[in-house]
Amino acid sequence: MSDMTTAGPREGATPLQRERARTIFQKGAPGRRAFTCPQLDVPAVDAKELLPARFRRERPPRLPEVSEPEIVRHYVGLSKRNFDLDSGFYPLGSCTMKHNPRLHERAAALAGHARLHPLQDPERAQGALELMWNLQGALSELAGLPYVSLQPSAGSHGELAGVLVTRAFHEQAGENRHKVLTPDTAHGTNPATVTMAGYEVVKLATNSDGGIDLEDLRAKADRDVACLMLTNPNTLGLFDANIVQIAEIVHGVGATLYYDGANLNAVMGLSRPGDMGFDIVHFNLHKSFTQPHGGGGPGSGPIAVSERVAPFLPVPLVVRRQDGSFDLDHGEGHAGSQSIGRLRGFHGNYGCFVRAYAYIRSLGGDGLKDASEAAVLNANYLLARLREQDVAQYLPLAYPRAGTGGPLCMHEFVLSGGPMKRELGVKTLDLAKRLLDFGFHPPTVYFPLLVDEALMVEPTETETRETLDAFAEATATILREAAEDPQLAQNAPYTTPVRRLDEVAAAKHPVIREVLDQ
Amino acid sequence: MSRYTAITPADLDAMLAAIGVASSQELFDRQIPEAVRLRRALELPDGMPEQDVYEHLRELAARNVSAEDELSFLGAGMYDHYVPALIDMLMERSEFLTPYTPYQPEISQGGLQVMFEYQTAISELTALPVANASVYEGPSAVAAAAYLAKLHNGGRRIVASAGLHPHTLQTLRTNAHGFGMEVVEVGLRDGVTDADAWAAALSADAGADVQAPVSAAIFAQPNFYGAVEDAAALAAAAKKEADPVVIAQVDPITLGILRPPGECGVDVAVGEGQSLGNRLDFGGPSFGLFAAREEYLRRMPGRIAGETVDVDGRRGFVLTLQTREQHIRREKATSNICTSQALNALAGVVYLSWLGRRGIVELGELLLARTDYARRTLAALPGVRAAHTQPVIREFALQLDADVAAVRTRCAREGVNPGADLHALSGRDEDRGGLLVAITERRSRADIDRLAQVLGAAVAAERERGSSGETGVPGEAAVTV
Repeated sequence: MSDMTTAGPREGATPLQRERARTIFQKGAPGRRAFTCPQLDVPAVDAKELLPARFRRERPPRLPEVSEPEIVRHYVGLSKRNFDLDSGFYPLGSCTMKHNPRLHERAAALAGHARLHPLQDPERAQGALELMWNLQGALSELAGLPYVSLQPSAGSHGELAGVLVTRAFHEQAGENRHKVLTPDTAHGTNPATVTMAGYEVVKLATNSDGGIDLEDLRAKADRDVACLMLTNPNTLGLFDANIVQIAEIVHGVGATLYYDGANLNAVMGLSRPGDMGFDIVHFNLHKSFTQPHGGGGPGSGPIAVSERVAPFLPVPLVVRRQDGSFDLDHGEGHAGSQSIGRLRGFHGNYGCFVRAYAYIRSLGGDGLKDASEAAVLNANYLLARLREQDVAQYLPLAYPRAGTGGPLCMHEFVLSGGPMKRELGVKTLDLAKRLLDFGFHPPTVYFPLLVDEALMVEPTETETRETLDAFAEATATILREAAEDPQLAQNAPYTTPVRRLDEVAAAKHPVIREVLDQ
Repeated sequence: MSRYTAITPADLDAMLAAIGVASSQELFDRQIPEAVRLRRALELPDGMPEQDVYEHLRELAARNVSAEDELSFLGAGMYDHYVPALIDMLMERSEFLTPYTPYQPEISQGGLQVMFEYQTAISELTALPVANASVYEGPSAVAAAAYLAKLHNGGRRIVASAGLHPHTLQTLRTNAHGFGMEVVEVGLRDGVTDADAWAAALSADAGADVQAPVSAAIFAQPNFYGAVEDAAALAAAAKKEADPVVIAQVDPITLGILRPPGECGVDVAVGEGQSLGNRLDFGGPSFGLFAAREEYLRRMPGRIAGETVDVDGRRGFVLTLQTREQHIRREKATSNICTSQALNALAGVVYLSWLGRRGIVELGELLLARTDYARRTLAALPGVRAAHTQPVIREFALQLDADVAAVRTRCAREGVNPGADLHALSGRDEDRGGLLVAITERRSRADIDRLAQVLGAAVAAERERGSSGETGVPGEAAVTV
């Protein structure tokens, strides 16, 4: 890393920078191929008879014409233009970039999991159903809520499931509520979900402690409110200590309380959403439970719910029969079924279940609790190290809580780059881009929205103290060099495969596919 | 300390000193109220060494009968196509497996370019000019398209063909309830969407119970029963009756030979991408493809990669048109989707490159020929007939004169899974006795002949039993001889 810390404006380009980006569609030559089609082994029939001309494609799609070695070189080459968690520190707030054990990939690739068809008869998929049943049980225990649906495909999909379950709950009670409360610190998926579920968003203010403003909540909580969606710890990395009162107010008007599980990594085995009064929790198996993020998916977003909303869970559910075997309950044939129905095909992202389950069995109950403790310890240590390095002058903690003996955070913290921008002329974006030259993925930037020039840092439990030290030092170094020459940060990065990109032009005149000749 | 954390006792002391607390417990005691602390151990099994976890997962896998363990003709939405080895290798690369969404484009050019290439491939396949970087999977992609239609024209009626997969119809209904839309289902005639009923459902006076203005018209190509629909006629009829967004749920692997949606008057094409280089994985993760005409670009859900240049003029890629998305637009976003299916879409575009311009046609012709052979061979068996006479490419429905569940059980004993039980999936009365058979390039003529032998014997045995009045048949009683 020592040569990286001195990397700045350079004469000439790096080898990666000299490569002009060419897509697979710009490579190859007519007639090249990687695929060998199996021989036609059935009697030849006139293909035009089988598929009449009016249904036929006239010209083949212009897919690449490349050999297998070309494909491998191309995509391995592209992989080298990506930064990834296995290469370095990735403190992206709210995303829980913890280590992805390779055991999970090996287990998920076993043919009994990977080549299992979703319509295999339950009697002949007992291993898979048992795995799902066990995972449901573990998630239920972690949430402190009795029922689980594994169906949702991602956190946002879990949110949709949860709000639709809420809708069904109120409709069944004959109530036509139309508002959902979300704090102004909420993830963008919360208000977007509310709209998709046919509700109106009502925003709640944040108090000086970084929690929900109880007065605002009391004023807005009425019988028109269907639900309050909350993250706890919230997106400021702070645990809302008023959670019991919040739950009382929300339940007092008959609404449900929804837990956005994006920050569950702070509290596993330490505090449970169900015990806090939440009715619905979504999990991000790709955050807390090590499903690799894949460069933007796949994810998986199971939900756990309380008794009173359980009848409305999406189907299918994994159930255990009296003889101890497992089955899928599709909610059909039950006259009393009140399920909201399906949210997708089949049973959910099983491949993600295998990985999350492997993780839970590797760590066990105590190990999961240790993981959360270590995540919170690492975050507080990094916060302290940044303070020691005199970073706070330019990057203060956004909501330092007074009266607790010094500012603490849960598994992540949010700094404000406001002073840095005013005093050094360096924006949070500049700091983020300069961190790239130091070999780090930057923290989440400009979120939550209510913090000026926000920088949201989540180190996770799987990082070493040495890595946290190095990140704190790099941040301090960047601020020191910015005090001398702000342009260094303003023009960063210098060492990446491409330098700052023109996002405005990309959006103004969108080019979203390769232009092809015949 | 677990094997994935690294805090030694010495580290702990130094860290606590730096923070200024006496113990890590203090971090929680000072932040979480006592009333909501969990003061007991989680009731979960103890942790295990890696090798023991592997053995447990292997043992669970061994209790599943996978497509490796039997001769399987299951399809109905997910298919046992061959996944080339190079896809496994590329998907396991750290640089593709472990990053997050490419929020920092300067260090994510690989992933962003993959998205751009994927969008190009989907646009080519569908003959529609714009495609996003993928959504979750097939049925929810249809629901997402219906939401696009609502945003586009404000209508509330979704006219949906009964040829859509039952999971799609169910997903559509669940979502439509939230969107404030209603679903009007149009029945089939000889295996394809009934053209008269389709036109009637789309017309302004569709009946007293259907008042809402039409928003979307949706059909599947090929449909759930394997039949090739007259997509151009359906789209034209829809446009004649009303001005809906015409949505087709397509199967991308058929688009080497099948007239693409963009040439059939379709506005939005969505579909399940699993056929393209993705594993079965008991139903997921896979990806949903989403392509459209240009005018819908700014209402599309999900991530979109776009081309641009850096400060030195180098070609590069970024996430673009983000003002559609939840993290910017919040309650006004075109969708709540955040995570797409980047890794699965990578497999998709690598697969399409591997098949190539000629391969996708050759594969389509092979599937067409083998599927036709299979349908003719099986429909010639006593007690078995084709459920419809429409062209089929990779899948077809049969009608058995025997109880399907019992027949499937008999076949399973012979190591053959003859396909999906149609009635169990759709719940439709007319699907009783229905079997849906899928043929991939992994099923040779010899495999099909073996299916014919085993299925023929099973149907014969069940008919025998039905006529002799024996009881004890698993599942429902045998029907109509």
